[in-house]
Amino acid sequence: MDILTLFVVVPLLTVLALVFTKNLRQARLVALAGFIVQTAMAFHLVWKYLAERKAGNDAVMLFTRDTVWFPDWNIHYSIGVDGISVLMIMLTSLIVLAGIFVSWKVEDLPKEFFISLIMLATGVFGFFISLDLFTMFVFYEIAVIPMYLLIGIWGSGPREYAAMKLTLMLMGASALLLVAILGIYYHSSPDGHYTFNILEIAKNASIPPHVQKIFFPLAFIGFGTIGALFPFHTWSPDGHSSAPTAVSMLHAGVLMKLGGYGIFRVAMYLMPQGTLFWTDFFLILAVIGTVYGAYAAIQQTDLKYINAYSSVSHLGLVLFALLMLNKVAWNGAMLQSLSHGFITALFFALIGMIYGRTHTRDVRQMRGLLKIIPFIATAYVIAGLANLGLPGFSGFVAEMNIFMGGFLTGDRYRQILTVLAVSSIVVTAVYILRVVGMMLMGPPKEEHKNVPRAFWYEKMAVYILIFFITMIGILPFWWLKIIEPGVENFLKPFM
Amino acid sequence: MNWQQLSLMQTEIFLVLAVLLVLLADIFTGKDKKSRIIHLAHLLFAAVFVSSFFMLDKEGRLFGGSFNTYPLVAFFKSILMLGVGLIMLQSVEWVKKELIPKGFVSEFYALMWSSLLGLFFMISAGDFLMFYLGLELSTMPVAGLVAFEFYRKRSAEAALKMVLLAAMASAIMLFGISLIYATSGSIYFEQVRASAEMPFLELVGFAMLLAGIAFKISLVPFHFWTADVYEGAPTVVSNYLSVISKGAAVYILMILLFITLRRYEQTWTIALYILAVLTMFVGNLFALRQQNMKRFLAFSSIAQAGFILLGVIGGNVLGIKTVIYFLLIYIFSNVAAFGVVHVIAMHSGKENIDDYEGLYRTNPRLSLLLMLALFSLAGIPPVAGFFGKFFLYSTAASKGFYWLVFIAVVNVTISLYYYLLPVRAAFLRRSENPIPYFKTDLYSKIGFVILALGLILIGLYSPLYEYIAKLSEIL
Repeated sequence: MDILTLFVVVPLLTVLALVFTKNLRQARLVALAGFIVQTAMAFHLVWKYLAERKAGNDAVMLFTRDTVWFPDWNIHYSIGVDGISVLMIMLTSLIVLAGIFVSWKVEDLPKEFFISLIMLATGVFGFFISLDLFTMFVFYEIAVIPMYLLIGIWGSGPREYAAMKLTLMLMGASALLLVAILGIYYHSSPDGHYTFNILEIAKNASIPPHVQKIFFPLAFIGFGTIGALFPFHTWSPDGHSSAPTAVSMLHAGVLMKLGGYGIFRVAMYLMPQGTLFWTDFFLILAVIGTVYGAYAAIQQTDLKYINAYSSVSHLGLVLFALLMLNKVAWNGAMLQSLSHGFITALFFALIGMIYGRTHTRDVRQMRGLLKIIPFIATAYVIAGLANLGLPGFSGFVAEMNIFMGGFLTGDRYRQILTVLAVSSIVVTAVYILRVVGMMLMGPPKEEHKNVPRAFWYEKMAVYILIFFITMIGILPFWWLKIIEPGVENFLKPFM
Repeated sequence: MNWQQLSLMQTEIFLVLAVLLVLLADIFTGKDKKSRIIHLAHLLFAAVFVSSFFMLDKEGRLFGGSFNTYPLVAFFKSILMLGVGLIMLQSVEWVKKELIPKGFVSEFYALMWSSLLGLFFMISAGDFLMFYLGLELSTMPVAGLVAFEFYRKRSAEAALKMVLLAAMASAIMLFGISLIYATSGSIYFEQVRASAEMPFLELVGFAMLLAGIAFKISLVPFHFWTADVYEGAPTVVSNYLSVISKGAAVYILMILLFITLRRYEQTWTIALYILAVLTMFVGNLFALRQQNMKRFLAFSSIAQAGFILLGVIGGNVLGIKTVIYFLLIYIFSNVAAFGVVHVIAMHSGKENIDDYEGLYRTNPRLSLLLMLALFSLAGIPPVAGFFGKFFLYSTAASKGFYWLVFIAVVNVTISLYYYLLPVRAAFLRRSENPIPYFKTDLYSKIGFVILALGLILIGLYSPLYEYIAKLSEIL
């Protein structure tokens, strides 16, 4: 078995093992063991990837493998990774690992919880390694559907409503995507040998421009919805706020990245003329999303809503950067995906911990948490500072690249939009610092004084996430070195 | 005619023998030993099922071409028998509890198999006479089956509705056939295909014929009987109606359209397009508001028929293989969904979606099977239904019907909402008095295990699709 298929097989084996567990203790241990293996594999993959590139292998995708699945339709199980997917896989393993630590005390149906969580992760891993549109789509839907159960069963608040809204919006979007995939498929080859393989379709470049103009928006909106593209982002605040902690982490941290990833891997790469035709329009949506998300976050009092809107804003920047179609901006987009993944996961983990102690997520109901739960509160400050783009943390590097990329285009329209998007940073500072001030400072409330401090498993989750946030901030070049070949390859149609 | 030739209809002959044997056995069994008939019936049916595989490599025609057999139709018969077998496995407990005390056993099996026999003749037909006879033979016993719980008013009402409407439909169809005969001078499919006179009158005939088949498939606007009959009939019978008889009708529709009516392709493409859109929207929108699980599944099965038309509209080998593949998956999904509804109704008498609240906590395995079946119907990977639907869309898209695919995926999203409702009740909710835990009998368990495996494997295991594709090529 090859190194990449293992990323799908190991979670499936973990799920299988989980079926036989009897209680929370066993379930969480099995899940943890499974994901420690998975994380180790992810690091091993990064290492092998670097070794391979160092040895001079400059293929678009490494570790490729191709097995025919449905010969009649030319559907293959075709896998391969480049630097971007390698890092995404690492991000996913780490966040799931942190999520398992955070879910150490799931009381209700623990076995089912971990099974759904890991099924979701399986879909995500499969998505990141797929090179075949059909398998990619299959994995995408596998990643979406467990969300319904995860939010619906273990969620809080209007969980049924949120779960249904999220599922229907994402599946509706994937339905658009499906039409786009079929459109691509039936134009994928000049001689009738249609294929779903992304690399082959790009090589054939046989999709006529007028077809690209029709199917590009379908693919863009299909992927964009899960990437919180305005105005299709509305599932995200409701979904995040109702989801249990680990699910919010995984969802904001990883699942929403599928959007941006799919856009540059499929929509833009396969339909460059369509992209050029539609960029101006979608740029406006991306900027609106960025700015609107930030302003909406100011208005919120629920911690999870604040961070959900913050995600809308930050992922708007990812789409914005992708639409700039140049290398600097794309580097920023990839870094932002990673950085936002770690930061939001940290945020949601901390919110879960705070909620578990104070039983409220309303900022106005909390005061002086720094004195009662110093570890969690400090980590919250760190997450906040990273989120508003303080140099030294990951957010700064990513956003710097994005805005530089936006200006480098030299086009007045894009420069104006960049200035508008930059304004969201100021607003970010406002809503982050406002929460920190209201919630963490001041004299603590009487009823919160006896809450327990952070447990070891909570600290584990926080350490993992903060470590990587600072690593991106301090050593951006190491990460960019992995990302860059991928960015260059996938920008080729626009060069 | 000799034995060699007659063996071409071996499956049908064996099925007739099975019907006779089970009726005879009933006469010779004592009143208190009637449950033995059930075992016998299953054995007989299993034997016929196994024997049907020997037909997979036979090809030929009988009675001057009114009965045809070729590998694809033989395979489809095996699929139908598999479906009926799975339904029989689910019905054992119901037969024991409801029918034996009232003195019926063999009648149930005899009627169901006769109806199946009718379907076999219908899909093997090479002329309109055989086609019509088969159709009638398949409908009349079902009316008896629908009325099987005649002591319940609903069941009797449903049967009456069905008989009247079916009679109406077949009258219209007969009129259509006679018009076709009048213009082409023949009732043989092949000669009808070759003739080309008075196309308008012939078109009217074909429209009427299409209406009759559409009734059987319950396409909108010929669907009005569906929900009432499914709700009133015993669940096993609704199950049979929704998959087996619908599946066979789709098959013969394809044969008629693709072979006999080839030259009217442009016309029937438009007709199918409209029917597909109507059927999907009406089926899905009506399913949204249903509370009763049987009505819910009735509207869902109407909507599914709309999706099937997406494949039929492909109009060639591609259409045939994707539709048959989808029908196989659809049989598994719907039989599983109806099966769960059936055992729950049997043990607790509850049929409403709200009654399913908290089901996962009391009956986890049944809930999981229900979820699998509903996900398959909704077309969510990795369950088989996704693959079936995806290929149907691809078939429609291969002809350039992107708008139709778009309408279909919009409908899938609508349908996802209501398919999630029972899942929501069973998994997300808790209840003060959930349906208590109960044990299902051995027969149903075997059936459920086969269904669950099928739902997972039929999609992922591609050689099965390739096999169907290979069989379809010869057409």
